[in-house]
Amino acid sequence: MPVRTAFAAQIEHLQILDEHGKLDERLAQGTLTDEQVVFAYERMIDYRKLDEIAFTLQRSGRMYTYPQNKGQEAAALGSGLAMRKGVDFLVPCYRENAALFLHGLPPECIFLHWMGDERGNAIPSGVNVTPIAIPIGTQMLHAVGLAWAYKLRKEDRCVITYFGDGATSEGDFHEAMNFATTFNVPCVFFCQNNQWAISVPREQQTASETVAQKAIAYGARGIQVDGNDLFAVYKATTEARDRARAGGGITLIEAITYRLGDHTTADDARRYRDTAEVESWAAKDPMIRTRKYLESKGLWDEQKQAAAEEHGKAFAQDIVRKSEGIAKPEVREMFDHLYAEIPDELRRQRDTLRTHSLGLYPEQSGLAVSGRRGS
Amino acid sequence: MPRTPQMIEKGLTLVDAINEALSQEMERDARVICLGEDVGLNGGVFRVTEGLQRRFGPDRCIDTPLSESGIMGTSIGLAMAGMRPIPEIQFEGFLGPAHDQLVNHAARFRNRTRGAITIPLTVRVPWGGGIHAPEFHSDSPEAIYTHSPGMKVVCPSTPSDAKGLLLAAIRDPDPVIFFEPKRVYRSFRERVPEEDYTIPIGKAKLLTEGTDLTVVTWGASVFQCLETLDSLPDDQSVELIDLRTINPFDADAVAASVEKTGRCVVVQEAPKTCSMASELSATIQERCFLHLLAPVQRVCGFDTIMPYAKLELEYLPDPKRIAEAIGHTLAY
Ligand SMILES: Cc1ncc(C[n+]2csc(CCOP(=O)(O)OP(=O)(O)O)c2C)c(N)n1
Ligand SMILES: [Mg+2]
Repeated sequence: MPVRTAFAAQIEHLQILDEHGKLDERLAQGTLTDEQVVFAYERMIDYRKLDEIAFTLQRSGRMYTYPQNKGQEAAALGSGLAMRKGVDFLVPCYRENAALFLHGLPPECIFLHWMGDERGNAIPSGVNVTPIAIPIGTQMLHAVGLAWAYKLRKEDRCVITYFGDGATSEGDFHEAMNFATTFNVPCVFFCQNNQWAISVPREQQTASETVAQKAIAYGARGIQVDGNDLFAVYKATTEARDRARAGGGITLIEAITYRLGDHTTADDARRYRDTAEVESWAAKDPMIRTRKYLESKGLWDEQKQAAAEEHGKAFAQDIVRKSEGIAKPEVREMFDHLYAEIPDELRRQRDTLRTHSLGLYPEQSGLAVSGRRGS
Repeated sequence: MPRTPQMIEKGLTLVDAINEALSQEMERDARVICLGEDVGLNGGVFRVTEGLQRRFGPDRCIDTPLSESGIMGTSIGLAMAGMRPIPEIQFEGFLGPAHDQLVNHAARFRNRTRGAITIPLTVRVPWGGGIHAPEFHSDSPEAIYTHSPGMKVVCPSTPSDAKGLLLAAIRDPDPVIFFEPKRVYRSFRERVPEEDYTIPIGKAKLLTEGTDLTVVTWGASVFQCLETLDSLPDDQSVELIDLRTINPFDADAVAASVEKTGRCVVVQEAPKTCSMASELSATIQERCFLHLLAPVQRVCGFDTIMPYAKLELEYLPDPKRIAEAIGHTLAY
């Protein structure tokens, strides 16, 4: 019996806008309009400024921890633009702020979260995003559940879930992929492969040549895109979204990008990675190529740049004002949102702010709590 | 690893002491390996494993993929094969994915194989609140693991205890979960013997002697209690016990103290209901019923989710709450 090939697959890599700002016109067809690109570039400026100000706030003790998004804006914006605001749902990790903002999340929510305030997770109604996911990988399964509900209810909606390269090592990733494909739910898996999971490089995270190929084992489609290329990210996500909505199956998008900053403000990446590597990726910064492209098309100039930067600065300062202008939460807030209805013991703890019981029960014998023994 | 001039002059932090214990044990016993997320080149996010990879190589201080179930499950196999793995879970909030392997496998192998297969591993886990860390980085889950038979649970509060208890944990024939109170990782230095020594698992430490009331605590709360004791009126004579091991806990030491004082307050960071404080209260009333002059009181974290940083100090027991409970108990 001849040995036959039971299965074969290959993974494509899509790039439309290269790091020099040169666009592949053919591949770009039907993707982003000029207005959309200008809009996205302006948002990159705003959100980069916001990211930088968050960093300085942390350094001056006004924010506790912050994971910079710097360098990954094209991945977040391109995919965010591909999803329909108010219809589709975003289930993020913590490095795609820009996508959340595009879909209506007030940026001060993210600031409040990192300032140690749960009110930052009180997502306004109508904004279709879940809060930042701190435990790595857990959110992907929630995304599949959301999408499953849409399918069961025959709603024309789609979910996108974001995660890092490191997250693909968690069991939750594999379980989410398997459920998503087994039940063929309208969900897009978007991996921001920024080459590092804290100090662990991508090559040490998995022996797979690509993250995208992990899709194949689950009967999904995998595609790798240049994650710093707004066009490629947009195109791949739009196709994945339409395919999922039509019941055509799951796509795992691997966006190749780079974490230009430290893992978080608590990290010092110089301990484990070369500055030469960081510099080589800094040259591939999505902002540089997007600007070059816009300039080459006569859609952008120095004057516009200066105005956009002013706008970004004012925008970021406004968010700082909004997030710092809110009074410290009342202590009772830690009790009030735990259950729909507060149980008696918890109410007692809330009202007395203590967990010891003496003096709380009138029928308890032997009370003389006002005095001190021996005095 | 040789001590730095600062360590020689000023003593060791908790981080230094744990690092020294790991290093000495890896030197002494070739079966010992450390594994976990970022423990290698980066030395762990708290630098507890700093320098170990450089010294012992990437086969003995190992950066793993980002998978707690993977870390824990493979550590079980490594232990089964005669290694002495020391997995690190980066924060206690990420024990979740490791829980099944830890509770349903590591802790059960000895019993379910009638002793044929044993799992001598030591899971190191930064534990507790007080450092303004993000969500899922500040919990105190010691009761969960104490409630899961087959595992020992240790929580030292000082550098010298940490070194001796960690060496005992690594050499213990059963799985040990070693909680490291991150709030005091670097908050003070202490003289720590440089040589090899162990502190028996299951033995509490009497920190201050007293006659009127016993306070039992562990982890970073020890220092909240010490601060409280400093500010108590002179006529309140309080005995302070650092439990050090949560499971098996030193019921004899606690009972002996409470039989003497007749009153007890248990202080812990974890939520009150169904906690270690509950277990201690139950044990004390069982063993010391006729000696008790007041009901045992619990000063704990509230029965809520550990709040984010803005409210965490309102959540954690502090000297004010501890002193109030001591006052009430003495006045009973
Ligand atoms: C379950 C879990 N384990 C460990 C951590 C600690 N941790 C936070 S971020 C991180 C690395 C994540 O890497 P990746 O998925 O690539 O995302 P990136 O930070 O690079 O965007 C780790 C180990 C966590 N938050 N959750
Ligand atoms: Mg990453």
